[in-house]
Amino acid sequence: MNLKLASDLGTPPTEDLSGVPLAVRGMTVSYGQKPAVFSVDMTIQNGSMSAIIGPNGAGKSTLLKAALGVIKPLAGRVSVYGKPLKSQHHRIAYVPQRASVDWDFPTRVIDVVLMGLYRELGLLRRVRTSHMETAMACLDRVGMTDFAERQIGQLSGGQQQRVFLARALAQGADLYLLDEPFAGVDAATEKAIIAVLKSLKDDGKTVVAVHHDLATVSDYFDQVFLINTRKVAEGPVATTFTAENLNAAYGGRLATAQIDRLAVSAL
Amino acid sequence: MMGEEFVSLSLTPLLIGVFAAIACALPGNFLLLRRQALIGDAISHVVLPGIVVAFLVTGYVSAWPMMLGAAAASLLAVGLIELIKRLGRIEPGAAMGVTFTAMFAGGVLLLEQTDTSAVHLDVEHALYGNLESLIWLDATGWRSVLDPQALAGVPDELPRIFLTLLAVIAFMRLFWRPLKIATFDTGFAQSVGARPTAMGLALVVVAAVAAVAAFDAVGSIIVIAMFICPPAAARLMTNRLERQITWSVVFATVSAVLGYVLAGYGPLWLGADHAVSAAGMIATVSGIILAMAALCAPQRMRSGAPAN
Repeated sequence: MNLKLASDLGTPPTEDLSGVPLAVRGMTVSYGQKPAVFSVDMTIQNGSMSAIIGPNGAGKSTLLKAALGVIKPLAGRVSVYGKPLKSQHHRIAYVPQRASVDWDFPTRVIDVVLMGLYRELGLLRRVRTSHMETAMACLDRVGMTDFAERQIGQLSGGQQQRVFLARALAQGADLYLLDEPFAGVDAATEKAIIAVLKSLKDDGKTVVAVHHDLATVSDYFDQVFLINTRKVAEGPVATTFTAENLNAAYGGRLATAQIDRLAVSAL
Repeated sequence: MMGEEFVSLSLTPLLIGVFAAIACALPGNFLLLRRQALIGDAISHVVLPGIVVAFLVTGYVSAWPMMLGAAAASLLAVGLIELIKRLGRIEPGAAMGVTFTAMFAGGVLLLEQTDTSAVHLDVEHALYGNLESLIWLDATGWRSVLDPQALAGVPDELPRIFLTLLAVIAFMRLFWRPLKIATFDTGFAQSVGARPTAMGLALVVVAAVAAVAAFDAVGSIIVIAMFICPPAAARLMTNRLERQITWSVVFATVSAVLGYVLAGYGPLWLGADHAVSAAGMIATVSGIILAMAALCAPQRMRSGAPAN
């Protein structure tokens, strides 16, 4: 596969993306010889709740990380509200996979939430009462105020995920990108998280989540993006989350019966 | 022990020991949490070839070219470690181990091949340093501390390590937030523009500067011990990074002072004739502190892995 071709697509976009929270064009990422994400275009609609779905190893998280600049793509452009990513850090809140950090790190829940205020606090500004109030309010939204002083290593998986979400809320962003927010959390946490995400959407924010539970896609999200290294399909759940597209993305990995049950076309 | 003799013979080595210990322990806290503790070990070993090459180039023993040579060698080592990690596809610890042993060995060979015997440059010196020799001959008692003329005679190592310590503190204070965020959560740090890659590199450079300055004064044994032992013991004392830093400074100071005193007087108390190496004793004390922390510190039983 000639990856060099992809990097030759460096012409500036002619389309108007100013109202688009996140647009990815020609994204190619590779960890070794084989690309994990190949020449993917993705356009996230303003005010949507979008799920990125696809089989294991399909490049879901990789696409998200490359869109955020967390990993360096081989090729591709990212525009955030029509501007380069570099100037838009303040409008994005990213929730990494819970398992990607060391929870034995010596810090408290409240300190993690305060990290969400980094852009406001900068290098040296002091943490004031107003900052603490913001952080506590965010903890309250995820039902974790009682744990503010707790060392993060003492939290359950669901509680850790809530703390990560509280940190994202503290950022006061317009675009929320979450990497598998429901992975390994209890049912109560899943409910709490989806309630918070829906309230964000009601406030006109945009939410994008890498998601792996196909059974909840149509309950939680209104837009869906299917990927298997290459883009399979994107659009409203009602018209895109179909048996045909699922088959194309998952290949033989999902039984036909399963797909029929999940896909909206079969409803 | 607290009189005239103390000021001229023990005050400067003590201060140099304490400053060197703290300068290494401070960045050591972050290196430890980033699972890069071995990098201090690597840097302190590769300093040797750097110093030898600097000597060969300049032809004389002088602190600044040697420190430059050592700093250059540290950066080369950091680059090599990255390269070996990527090209060899091996884990970071192994890459560090390969790099620093190879470079240290190269330094030893260079030393043997070249005529450095006339000057005070040998492997032993590189390992143990020469803390006891850093005396302040111009001092005549505590009043000398305020006497500019006497102060001009303090060993060069003292102002050098003191300035290095100030630089380390300034770096840690200024970049505290991005350092902490980048150490805890690299992906998030990148997404808020806290520049984790630059922070990681800056931390290694600061550690290298501290190691080189400390090496110059006290040898690599102390450097290696201080990068790891005080921060590791401090981690067992508390679950908050801010307090961990404070504890590591306390442990570094205690190791330096207690180690120096025990080396100088311990053997005499036990009836032996000669004092032992201060550097060796300081490193030993820091190891004992870590052992004690591992046995009785409050956070030693914490659950390391995420509780599910």
